[in-house]
Amino acid sequence: MRTGGWVFAVLIVFGFVWRIGADRNVRTERISGSAGDVLEDDPVGRLKVYVYELPSKYNKKLLQKDPRCLTHMFAAEIFMHRFLLSSPVRTLKPEEADWFYTPIYITCDLTPTGLPLPFKSPRMMRSAIQLISSNWPYWNRTEGADHFFVVPHDFGACFHYQEEKAIDRGILPLLQRATLVQTFGQRNHVCLNEGSITIPPYAPPQKMQTHLIPQDTPRSIFVYFRGLFYDVNNDPEGGYYARGARAAVWENFKDNPLFDISTDHPTTYYEDMQRAIFCLCPLGWAPWSPRLVEAVVFGCIPVIIADDIVLPFADAIPWEEIGVFVAEEDVPDLDTILTSIPPDVVLRKQRLLANPSMKWAMMFPQPAQPGDAFHQILNGLARKLPHDKNIYLKPGERILNWTAGPVGDLKPW
Amino acid sequence: MKLSVLQQSYMNRRGNSFRSSGPLDSSSDASIKSPSSIVWLLFHGLCCLISLVLGFRFSRLVFFFLFSTSHTTNLYNFPFRTASELAQSLTVYSNPITNFNSPLGSNATTTGGSNSRVVVGRHGIRIRPWPHPNPVEVMRAHHIIERVQKEQRLQLGVKNPRTVIVITPTYVRTFQALHLTGVMHSLMLAPYDLVWIVVEAGGATNETASLIAKSGLRTIHVGFRQRMPNLWEGRHHLEVQMRLQALRIVRDKKLDGIVMFADDSNTHSMELFDEIQNVKWVGALSVGILAHSSDTDESSVSLLEKDEDEDDENPSMPVQGPACNSSNQLVGWHTFNSIPYVGNSATYIGDRGVVLPRKLEWAGFVLNSRLLWKDDDGGPEWVNDLDTLAHNEEAVESPLFLLKDFSVVEPLGSCGRQILLWWLRVEARADSKFPPGWIIDPPLEVTVPSKRTPWPDVPPELPSSEREVTGVQEHIVKHSSKTRTSRSNRSRSKRKYHDTKILDTQLPVMDSEQS
Repeated sequence: MRTGGWVFAVLIVFGFVWRIGADRNVRTERISGSAGDVLEDDPVGRLKVYVYELPSKYNKKLLQKDPRCLTHMFAAEIFMHRFLLSSPVRTLKPEEADWFYTPIYITCDLTPTGLPLPFKSPRMMRSAIQLISSNWPYWNRTEGADHFFVVPHDFGACFHYQEEKAIDRGILPLLQRATLVQTFGQRNHVCLNEGSITIPPYAPPQKMQTHLIPQDTPRSIFVYFRGLFYDVNNDPEGGYYARGARAAVWENFKDNPLFDISTDHPTTYYEDMQRAIFCLCPLGWAPWSPRLVEAVVFGCIPVIIADDIVLPFADAIPWEEIGVFVAEEDVPDLDTILTSIPPDVVLRKQRLLANPSMKWAMMFPQPAQPGDAFHQILNGLARKLPHDKNIYLKPGERILNWTAGPVGDLKPW
Repeated sequence: MKLSVLQQSYMNRRGNSFRSSGPLDSSSDASIKSPSSIVWLLFHGLCCLISLVLGFRFSRLVFFFLFSTSHTTNLYNFPFRTASELAQSLTVYSNPITNFNSPLGSNATTTGGSNSRVVVGRHGIRIRPWPHPNPVEVMRAHHIIERVQKEQRLQLGVKNPRTVIVITPTYVRTFQALHLTGVMHSLMLAPYDLVWIVVEAGGATNETASLIAKSGLRTIHVGFRQRMPNLWEGRHHLEVQMRLQALRIVRDKKLDGIVMFADDSNTHSMELFDEIQNVKWVGALSVGILAHSSDTDESSVSLLEKDEDEDDENPSMPVQGPACNSSNQLVGWHTFNSIPYVGNSATYIGDRGVVLPRKLEWAGFVLNSRLLWKDDDGGPEWVNDLDTLAHNEEAVESPLFLLKDFSVVEPLGSCGRQILLWWLRVEARADSKFPPGWIIDPPLEVTVPSKRTPWPDVPPELPSSEREVTGVQEHIVKHSSKTRTSRSNRSRSKRKYHDTKILDTQLPVMDSEQS
């Protein structure tokens, strides 16, 4: 009788605890990356950021000239500026700031079709740095080691859209010591510095919210992908675009009924993603893609086909547990790889994706929400504090070479 | 040197087509007319001419042979691709060399860092030798999909799903197999625990038993002593009695769950089973009435108790079910308007007229089985006992007789707006014959009568068995001729169904149709 009473009490407690957890409709799991359980940290109070006042030709005028900069996938730089202006981490006293931010909209020079031209960006950046180094002493104090810049373009601060050209240029010499917040991330690549913070590309949160479908719609598509496989305009023979990986996906799986892949532009793209179990996120001309963001928001397990890619907030989010990584040389065996994943693992990945903090971390909502990508950037910056003492240069000491780089970059802007 | 210049110009060309804008400012300044550029132009023209002659771009070949690198990539096949017209050269790319692999220019452009395996440049497109789906993997994928959907249902569907107790009155007749198979498949698909109570008029038969045994569901098969009468009125009454018998079984066995009435000729949707899980005690559903008639515009709905003007309901779909006011409370019932069919209605089974439903069909109601249990076992106060009113046939028209107060009925399917099942009565005439169990045994021997009286004394080997005109679809198994003594003609009746009994007689039977 006594044991019966104990069992009963234990059951009551268990039922109570279970009830609290069962309030959420969908089961989720906590996410903790290599830096620990930091996804939900609050950066307020852990760092201070000073925002330089640049003349509007570096930011507002560019936006006025072309408001499309607010909606393309590089819009993070603009929204980061707006967020910092009204954020509690902002300080108006530069002496007590830990980090310095330069509000320059470097990818806001768009072609008529909406693609950014990076040809003037190096000169723009040079001129901005000249400005801040002559008007404030903080640049020269560390030669930019406690400054951060948002450079969301294809290959980050290499400022070119073609990989070979970008590699030739390398990161702009003046930015070698600064922390770069960029979307591009590939290990052992010239355009990714140690200590850079990788962010997701901008995807409009409103648009994604309006395309949500009821969560109990059964997921019946196994693998989903919409996009180009061959870039006929720029790479007619194939093999260059995506290092041949997308073409391999098409050639191997175009008649496989499990793979719903095509080059269509359906209006139900977001809805279809919510009905799919796996969403392919292969590289294109650059390894990163907004598909990752969309897959995470819609609960579709991302299948990342990009060798050596560095995914956003890689120290806070354990991507290996959330997505499936497939080497480019293993693409012909993609169906074997995906079908041999045990169902428990699939369910666990879906639980991790269902965690709302995961979804928030990928988005740039207006106004900013706790745990969103802005806060993750600040968390990343806060984790790099306190600054090492040796970044502070002795007076008169110079490390950066202000005349390095192609001749065309040295022209004033 | 030449390599990088060639490369650079190629990149420029690519850059031109990629960015469509004008002021393309590459890192080098805009080309000015200089001797080197003219020489370059001439050389480029020469290469284009050679390509035209050869039929493919040989530049890749040249570089491959000149600068073969160590970064070869494995590939099985290089796809045959025709290039789009480039701005400057018209080349149809045909690759006469398979297994051709060369990452071009990877010399100059390896990524920084010695550990990187990822190189820029052309890579081969990997295609495996048999790029088609593997059935084993397809099955595994479907298992994954099933498991994911099951998990979705668990998390987002109904918590604590209750057993569904399905009551079906039936009897052996031509259309029984058709109707019962339909219901059976719907029940097999429903993702809930099921108990299927099949009440059979005329006693439990093996035929029905074998049919429902194929479902794999938990079934309770009972016989009802009376035979099904031939008139629709009588049939309706008997069905009511049969359902009450089933309810008694539910009460006596203390079955716990949700009772629904699935007549064997009705059609049920899968959402129905999800929706009825929401019932607390008594639920009412909208039933689509498919009284098949040629004119559909006369069938309109009428209200028994009016609280609000609801005449702007869609008149073209006859529906029976709960009627709600704007605050989603039950205020009355929609019934089927049978006035247009008064002169045309069918009286006996198989009649040509329209079969009309009752005022409120049993199929449109679901009950919590605890209602039927004896009072002291947890049924609520406002329930009549099953047996007290069951004898009075007039009162028992629908399950509502169980309730003292009709207002406790819960309207389901967003207050009757969703129609989740359809009522239909299609039957053959009572005297229509069909092969028992729908197995042709012994196999048919039918001869299509020809103009002349055929072959009464012809030996059995003659190929005289042909397919009937009425289209029996199954494969006729030929028994050996030693099982029968003589071949006999089949007599074909003029009606649409025919007699399947073999006339085992020596006398030739003259068919009336033969001339």
